[in-house]
Amino acid sequence: MFTNAHPIAVLKTEKLTKSFGSVKALSNVDFNLYAGEVHAVLGENGAGKSTLIKLITGVYNKDHGAILLDGKAIEPHSPHEAQSLGISAVYQEINLVPTLSVAENLYLGRQPMRWGMIDTRRVNTNAKALLKTYDLNIDVTRTLSTFSTAIQQIVAIARGVDMSARVLILDEPTASLDANEVQMLFGVISLLKARGIAILLITHFLDQVYQISDRITVLRNGEKVGEHLTADLPKRQLIPLMLGRDLAINDPADSTARITSDTGTNTFLQAEGIGRHGMLHPLDLHVDKGEIVGLAGLLGSGRTEAAKLLFGIVPHDAGDVRVKGKKVLLRSPRDAVQNGFGMCPEDRKVEGILAELSVRENIVLALQAKQGWFNSLGHKRQQEIAEEMIRALHIVTPDSNKPAGELSGGNQQKVILARWLASQPEFLILDEPTRGIDVGAHAEIIQIIKRLCAEGMALLVISSELAEVVDYSHRVIVLRDRQKLTELSGEEITEQTIMQAIAEK
Amino acid sequence: MRSRQLLLAVLVTIFAILGSAVLVHAQDQITVGFAQTGSESGWRTAFTEAMIAEAESQNINLIFSDGQQKQENQIAALRSFIAQGVDAIILAPLVETGWDEVFQEAQDAGIPVFIIDRNVTADPSLYVTRIASDFVYEGRLAAAWLATATANREQCNIVELYGTVGSSAAIDRATGFAETIALFPNLELVASQSGDFTRTGGKEVMESFLNSLDPASICAVFGHNDDMLIGAIEAMKEAGIDPADDILTVSVDAIDDIFVSMMNGDANATVLLSPNMGVQAYAAIRSYLAGETLPALIPVPSAMYFQDTAAEEYAARTGG
Amino acid sequence: MPENKTHTEVNDVAPRFNLIQSLHRNRRLLFPVVALILILIGDRIIQPNFFNIRVVDGRLVGSLIDILNRGTPTVLLAVGMTLVIATKGIDLSVGAVIAICGAVAAVLISTTTLPPLIVILISIAAGMLCGLWNGILVAYMGIQPIVATLILMVIGRGIAQLITNGQIATFSNPTLEFVGKGVLLGFPFPIFLSLIVFGLVWLLVRRTAIGLLVESVGANDRASFFAGIDAARFKVFVYVISGVCAALAGLIVTADIKGADANNAGLWLELDAVLAVVIGGTALTGGRFFLGTSVIGAFIIQAIQTGIFVSGLPPTFNLIVQAVVILAILFLQSEELRRLFVRIFTSLRKPA
Repeated sequence: MFTNAHPIAVLKTEKLTKSFGSVKALSNVDFNLYAGEVHAVLGENGAGKSTLIKLITGVYNKDHGAILLDGKAIEPHSPHEAQSLGISAVYQEINLVPTLSVAENLYLGRQPMRWGMIDTRRVNTNAKALLKTYDLNIDVTRTLSTFSTAIQQIVAIARGVDMSARVLILDEPTASLDANEVQMLFGVISLLKARGIAILLITHFLDQVYQISDRITVLRNGEKVGEHLTADLPKRQLIPLMLGRDLAINDPADSTARITSDTGTNTFLQAEGIGRHGMLHPLDLHVDKGEIVGLAGLLGSGRTEAAKLLFGIVPHDAGDVRVKGKKVLLRSPRDAVQNGFGMCPEDRKVEGILAELSVRENIVLALQAKQGWFNSLGHKRQQEIAEEMIRALHIVTPDSNKPAGELSGGNQQKVILARWLASQPEFLILDEPTRGIDVGAHAEIIQIIKRLCAEGMALLVISSELAEVVDYSHRVIVLRDRQKLTELSGEEITEQTIMQAIAEK
Repeated sequence: MRSRQLLLAVLVTIFAILGSAVLVHAQDQITVGFAQTGSESGWRTAFTEAMIAEAESQNINLIFSDGQQKQENQIAALRSFIAQGVDAIILAPLVETGWDEVFQEAQDAGIPVFIIDRNVTADPSLYVTRIASDFVYEGRLAAAWLATATANREQCNIVELYGTVGSSAAIDRATGFAETIALFPNLELVASQSGDFTRTGGKEVMESFLNSLDPASICAVFGHNDDMLIGAIEAMKEAGIDPADDILTVSVDAIDDIFVSMMNGDANATVLLSPNMGVQAYAAIRSYLAGETLPALIPVPSAMYFQDTAAEEYAARTGG
Repeated sequence: MPENKTHTEVNDVAPRFNLIQSLHRNRRLLFPVVALILILIGDRIIQPNFFNIRVVDGRLVGSLIDILNRGTPTVLLAVGMTLVIATKGIDLSVGAVIAICGAVAAVLISTTTLPPLIVILISIAAGMLCGLWNGILVAYMGIQPIVATLILMVIGRGIAQLITNGQIATFSNPTLEFVGKGVLLGFPFPIFLSLIVFGLVWLLVRRTAIGLLVESVGANDRASFFAGIDAARFKVFVYVISGVCAALAGLIVTADIKGADANNAGLWLELDAVLAVVIGGTALTGGRFFLGTSVIGAFIIQAIQTGIFVSGLPPTFNLIVQAVVILAILFLQSEELRRLFVRIFTSLRKPA
């Protein structure tokens, strides 16, 4: 079936199976990874992608089946063991020490020694030389955390590859990179490909899959449902394969139904000259009831900053905010919540989910905080609210007592959305509500956004996906360099006009 | 009164064992340098004051140096004493090690060095003797009193309130006590637990003894310090036992509060360690200068207080 | 895991609160209870009359009563410490707060004519003040809890010594003594006091939203802040509770010996309290907390201590025995270790 360019797979799994309790996370998966190829593994959350890489890297032990490296069966019991066999993994959350220098990170645990001491000079010269092969010319003595995520990612890759890796696993490497950084990373991937390294890529960004990958394996519900050369599998065939159903792609009727609301009586939030020194240039912004306002711009353009000022996470030092015509103080999220605001933050893990608390507790949290210390909801009421939300938002969880951290990313996002919906806000800020979640949940969340708007809620949505912004926004505010460039509304809103606005001087 | 005579007999025996005969000589004026560690505690200050007061009454010209908790200060003081050509040096060492060099300098200059209180690891030939409180001796004394008090009993089961585990005071008091009761077949140590030198600890340990042993079978309690014994008195009272009558008590330290307990008839005896080490120190210097040989350790003599003089002593202490 | 098929299922299976399910989920919490029972059985084997209880002058006397009574200061501290640890904090100052509050009570009762109840209230207020100080340092000054409370841990004993003038401040007052030595219905009064405090704190955190909000602050304080929770106020609150608990413990130990010992009262007790909380299953990393098992943890520590006292072992073995028993309990609780045992066991069985 395949071209004979890659006669022998470097890494191969045969009937690989893993269960957790009664749940089959991976079942009889045959997977082939060849030298010098980028092989994308795709699937919804819960399809088995992460189980697959955790088995390969020794985080889990398999139940049945085999993992073959160069045709020889291996059984790694830890990531360390996998690494010594030549399998390196770089995760979305970079596994390096942020407080050490780049050079120290590259050689941690294997530093060149001299007279029983670490030879710092050689560590630094080696590191510099190593990174040069990745076209990266940086000061290796600087602390890792002072560099951008993209550079940290490349450092992690360089470390992994330098430890004689022949198989490199990249798990969502581009999740927190902007467009330029993605291209920089792809440059590095192409370089490694040319060196004959076999690369297993996991990502949610389908465009990137088509840009960089040679082959695609699709998993669904723990089973392999297809393996294709990327060139042979157009997107419109891929998505049904991943979902196992037809995706209700954006209904054009929705777009035409868009109303340009008139400001005035219906205005919920009115911000005049809101800003903060060194963070955001003062800007005007208003959101009406039953209206979705999109904030567009590149990463770092001031989108998230505007959201943070409006929600009181960082107090603004310029301008006024009026809610329904009345001036309000927004010194903390508490103030914002009391005024009927809600916000789903960009960084779900750090700012959103309480991983060890149950789904129920996560959902009732904002409502409970709003009600105060002594006005307890009670276990029964909490249960009711949680179950109602689980049903309404299709949150996939066996029960509401499951720790929220054990849900998939998309479901965690829904839990945070549920948290705010339970507090019955009049105004919801959503910062990248669809980032890092699978296609199915993505579509569902967009449906929910539209439904809330139709029910009269005011929404402010930030998204990097322009198509998405164009789809649901009634108005779009375009930002660049921490200032407002322009405001588009009605028929003006197209991907083209937004991009033009960003590109204009 | 018979028991008092017996006690005296035992005390004399013990003194004989220790062979600590100390003679006081004619009072010529001599110059002595005294290097103190510092003044970190009330006890230390009292110790210094006693040294100075005793020097005055004995016609001794005392050059005092406060080391301010630094060994280099103490070494500098010793060198200055040597330079001044004192007749003798008394050192209360801050730490045990690091003294050999300066002791050698003193020896070369012909000046004898006397150690007081804490110990040193230096070669014993470099200094004359050490004057110190002797915890072992205190344990022996407490046991000796118990022996006299129970001389007419066939069997006396003793429980011990042990001090902080690992402290030299606890180890030595336990040793002295144990080796002395071994001489008396009717005395037997039946239980020993640590009360950490605190009242709470003493009370808790005594409670557990009263639970695990038959309270009627306990004849006496020995406390490594008075505080633990005061706690134990509380425990005994709460368990319906009359301390000092049902169970004899003896402890070490002679703090003010134990006199109150003795006055109330709740405690029998306490061992006092004289805080005035000056008497022994200056006597040792004079006898050494007179050409006598001295033992390697000169203990500071101890005394005992009993119920009959408790009120008097307490009044003297709190009044003065 | 497989998600698509579960949509309907989830809605059918009503996730009711289920006792067996929750026991299974919280089976970690059974270990402290099992450990306590094992230790008591061990004590009984070492000392045959360990479970005996006599009546002396209308009060119950015996080793089991001793464990309950002597354990009360640690129980009280552990209750406060549990809440502090739940917010990712730690309160190292409680031992020193015991000394301060004990000193305040002893000196006031012996040198002034204030009624004993007022003295007790002032002493509790002193504990609150100490907690407030810790809480403000942690919540508003942003000092790490271990450092912030270390300050009071170090200077606290100095303050207590200033109050008592360096002496053990003794007193004689039946009302104040009752707090530590009193007998109610045959049982020592401190047992009732700690039960009441435990009950009140439990009601306060579990019957209001405080428990949930404390857990959320501990689980992720940034996310809690985003959800509109004023994390700083909660932190102050838990340190104040901890200070009050320490004050009550201070009153008990002071009343028990009719004297305030600034040097030794509550010495190292903060470590016992932290250990009790850890044995009880609350993680030092904050989040989920378990008040009930923290109390069990405190009794475990006391049962070991009392067991050693009655064992007849030389005192020099005390610390080693304690360490070994506690290590065994912590091993028992370690998931990792249990998994390792299972793996070794199964690999041993395979060849057969």
